[in-house]
Parts: sequence; C-alpha cells; structure tokens
Amino acid sequence: MHVDLSKNFFDLFGLAVGFTIDNATLVTRFQDLQKQLHPDKFVSKPDSDRRWSMQAASHVNEAYQTLSNELRRAVYLLKLQGVSIDEETDTQMSPMFLMEQMENREALEMAPNASDPFAALDAVRRQLKVSTAEQVSAFEQACTKAQWDHARTVARQWQFLDKLNQEVRSTEEQLDDQ
Amino acid sequence: MAYSDKVLDHYENPRNVGVLDKDDPNVGTGMVGAPACGDVMRLQIKINDDGIIEDAKFKTYGCGSAIASSSLVTEMVKGKTLDEVGEIRNKHIADELALPPVKIHCSVLAEDAIAAAIADIKAKRAARDGSEAVAS
Repeated sequence: MHVDLSKNFFDLFGLAVGFTIDNATLVTRFQDLQKQLHPDKFVSKPDSDRRWSMQAASHVNEAYQTLSNELRRAVYLLKLQGVSIDEETDTQMSPMFLMEQMENREALEMAPNASDPFAALDAVRRQLKVSTAEQVSAFEQACTKAQWDHARTVARQWQFLDKLNQEVRSTEEQLDDQ
Repeated sequence: MAYSDKVLDHYENPRNVGVLDKDDPNVGTGMVGAPACGDVMRLQIKINDDGIIEDAKFKTYGCGSAIASSSLVTEMVKGKTLDEVGEIRNKHIADELALPPVKIHCSVLAEDAIAAAIADIKAKRAARDGSEAVAS
C-alpha cells in the first residue's frame, strides 16, 4: 500500500467515503501504515525520505484520530462535501435545543449536591446516551439521503452533547475522588 | 493559556449571575450556543417604562472567557437604551477583556446573546402593541 498524502482520510485507509465504516478494517489498515512508516525503516534512507516519512506518519495519525471518533468523522465527512459547521461564527441554534442544553447543564451542576450524587449523575448520563444515539442515527439518515443541510444542523447539535459528555466525565472523576 | 487579569476577575467574581422571569413583557431573553466548544449562554435584560435597561442577568456554561464576556456584558448594558446596547460589538468585549485570538468566539457569543435578547423584547412589544391596537 503506497501512502499518498493528497488522498482524503477515507481513501488513505481504503475505506468508502461515508459515515458508516468498518472499525476493524480501519484499525488494521492504520497499523499496516504505521509499520510501513516506522522510523526504523528510514534510518539508512536520505534525509528527504526521512522527513517525508515523519510527515506521512503524522498525517496518518491525524487521519486515524479523525475517522475513529464518530463526531470528528461526521464533521470531516461534511467538510468533504464542502459543508462547514461554522462552529466559531454561527451561534444561531434552535432555542428549544439550547433550552434543553441549559437544563442538562443545570442538572449536571446540581448532581454533586443531590442526596445520591451518583444516581443523579447516572440520570444525566442515561439521558445523554439516548440523545447522542438519536443524533447519530439522524446524521446517518441525513447522509444516506444526501441532505447535507440537515446533517450540518445535526452535527452542530452533536458538538454540544459531546461537550456535556466531557463534563459528565469530569464530574464523575470529582465524585470518585471525594 | 494565561487569562488576562480582567477575565480572571469576572470569572472569579461573576457579576449578575441569575435568572429573570422570561414571561415578563419587560424582559428579553437571549439564548445562544457555540458549537466550537459546546458552550451555552443565557443573557436577559429588563427594561423600565422609559426603555432603559434597569437589570441584566446571565448564566453561562462554558470556559472562563465565555463567562467573563457575558459577565462584562451585563455590566455594560445597564442604564442604556436598546438602541445603544445594539451598538455593542464583540470587538468592544474582546478588547476590554484582552481576549486572545482563539477566544474571540466567546465575545461573538456574547454579542449574539445581546442581539437575541433585544430581538426577543422587541418581538414581545410588537405582539403586545399589535393586540392592543386590535383591542382599541
């Protein structure tokens, strides 16, 4: 397998461009490429080859980090379609969705003070799991139908759930430490 | 990344955290979110009969810069008219807090929150004036 840095991340691993991918194939091909690009194979090569191999290894790493994470894969897939989620400039979201996010964050903030903090945290986590599964399935459907505008809306909302998930984890660690 | 002293001050002693009655016709509520970081911000303003903002409250779940931006804005808007407040740009907030380029989007969020709160109160007034016009 030749490493071509101009290929998109899906092509790089020989995967069809799409949201649904075979994770086992991704891991196997990533490991193959890592072996091919291992620094040991380039010790006796000219400087230019060594530089290329390091650049290629970092490209392959970035590609793997992107595709192995569902949300990052979704955002990358949109980018390939020429769709930006404008995460820094577009703050207009559905008011209903934002209201829910505010409530989720408030529930999480209150969890450590609840009579059973772990149960309160669990409730937030269960709700989050359901919401995330809904976004994943909505994104899959939008991709299948090539409804990129809708896929963009879904991905933008998904970013908030991802952040909530990080917050749930850090709250959990704080509770465990107490 | 180091926060500026002003950001730290607002972060450690946020001004005007809280909630106003969103159903009060004199209260405008702006809800915005930044997909970049998953931050959510609620900014509320209350105007008196002269159209002057007499109170402002915020609640922000986000990083220090987002909290500082919204806290600062609640201070900036008090005593001003809706038109004056509509002139506030994210640059004013970013400059005042000395936000680094990667945190500029936090000030954008605060500007958009003011705009949303103003739009909300104007929509409420338009609906009220409309129904009064019909009644009379």
